[in-house]
Amino acid sequence: MSEDVIKTDAVIVGAGPVGLFAVFELGLVDIKAHVVDILDRPGGQCAELYPEKPIYDIPGLTVVSGQELTDRLMAQIKPFGAEFHFNQRVESLERLDHGFRLTTDGGTKLECKILVIAAGGGSFTPKRPPLPGIEHYEGTSVFYSVRKMENFKDRDVLIVGGGDSALDWTLNLQPVAKSLTLLHRRAEFRAAPASVQKMLDLVESGDISFKLGQVTELHGEGGKLTSVTVKGADRVTFEQPTEVMMPFFGLTMKLGPVADWGLDLQENLIPVDTAKFETSEPRIFAIGDINTYPGKLKLILSGFHEAALMAQAAHKYVYPDKKLIFQYTTSSSSLQKKLGVK
Amino acid sequence: MTAQPANVMARITFIQNDGVERVVEAEPGMTVMEAAVKNSIPGIAAECGGACACATCHVYVEEAWREPTGHPEQMEEDMLDFAFDVRPESRLSCQIKVTDALDGLVVRIPDKQF
Repeated sequence: MSEDVIKTDAVIVGAGPVGLFAVFELGLVDIKAHVVDILDRPGGQCAELYPEKPIYDIPGLTVVSGQELTDRLMAQIKPFGAEFHFNQRVESLERLDHGFRLTTDGGTKLECKILVIAAGGGSFTPKRPPLPGIEHYEGTSVFYSVRKMENFKDRDVLIVGGGDSALDWTLNLQPVAKSLTLLHRRAEFRAAPASVQKMLDLVESGDISFKLGQVTELHGEGGKLTSVTVKGADRVTFEQPTEVMMPFFGLTMKLGPVADWGLDLQENLIPVDTAKFETSEPRIFAIGDINTYPGKLKLILSGFHEAALMAQAAHKYVYPDKKLIFQYTTSSSSLQKKLGVK
Repeated sequence: MTAQPANVMARITFIQNDGVERVVEAEPGMTVMEAAVKNSIPGIAAECGGACACATCHVYVEEAWREPTGHPEQMEEDMLDFAFDVRPESRLSCQIKVTDALDGLVVRIPDKQF
């Protein structure tokens, strides 16, 4: 199974608006794409940071939310049948004669002729609370996600936070854990009302406990957490015994493995030329917020433009013997056929 | 350049965790976060660019300035859940609009945004 390699024309790293539109532009010139993203759904920052917030500078749309823009792009690229690999991050890049082999942290192997990096501000990773020594407990006592239920089975679990992730895992781990305590800085929760109600019911029935406060220190030895110091709402500190802590403070963006692929970088951005949006390495393109060039503006609409020019330049690598004739979707019957409207 | 009236800019002091103070001039209408980023103040990450969506521009407003800067609205209060070491004087600096009345504002920057 692990030796199964997916072969495709293009791999797009990042399913944000620019990565999605790259599927469209590549599709118009007959380049098939696979898209890899660390999140569990398309949209990138639009989906993760501001799904409900309005965007006013998408040409032709007076106002659109991050989620609606994502939904519209997904509908627009549907005819091109791109395949998505969510919850995965591309870890390694291997050079082949006429392309690349990529391996994700989920074990997926992809071989492609061109690589399009549309990774925005980098991959989303959980925020790590700046508590001294927290790194010694990560993976043994401090977890940011649930990969194996055994890590929580019959253990005293402390969940920190008041958003959807904190609430969801409170509800999911309560039946598994020996004891579960939810700690939050205030008695209000920014989460689905149904989850909040279920959590409150569990507090009421004595199945979990809820405490107000913020963690200030960790205590334990050899990666084994025994307790944490909490500054309570009244500023009085107390010790909370626990074996496991799950902090949920949202996500932050880190460039991640892209930094190790041997590409030229300028302050964590990838320099490109403005005719092809190609990086320092042929066949590797960078579009959207992750690239830089004189005059660069980090706007979604700039990324769309970059995707269009990238696709024109990518054509020669995928079809070295074919001449690319520029066509308009308005008038070209062959483009309309690809779009499924003719 | 002609001399501008004295009240056009507001001076804002950023105090780092290590005690280093930096004074910047901000134009009314911009946010305290924008003033920090424009002047390369360390410790204000502002990852989301001011959409009140990341909590990486967290500051502590000095006691005397808590009233003039106002109180967080619901959205900001919710987003503060994603900041670390939140105190009663905590604000997200992208949500504080600079006005003439804030000339002299003093804010402290947390040790780490995350």
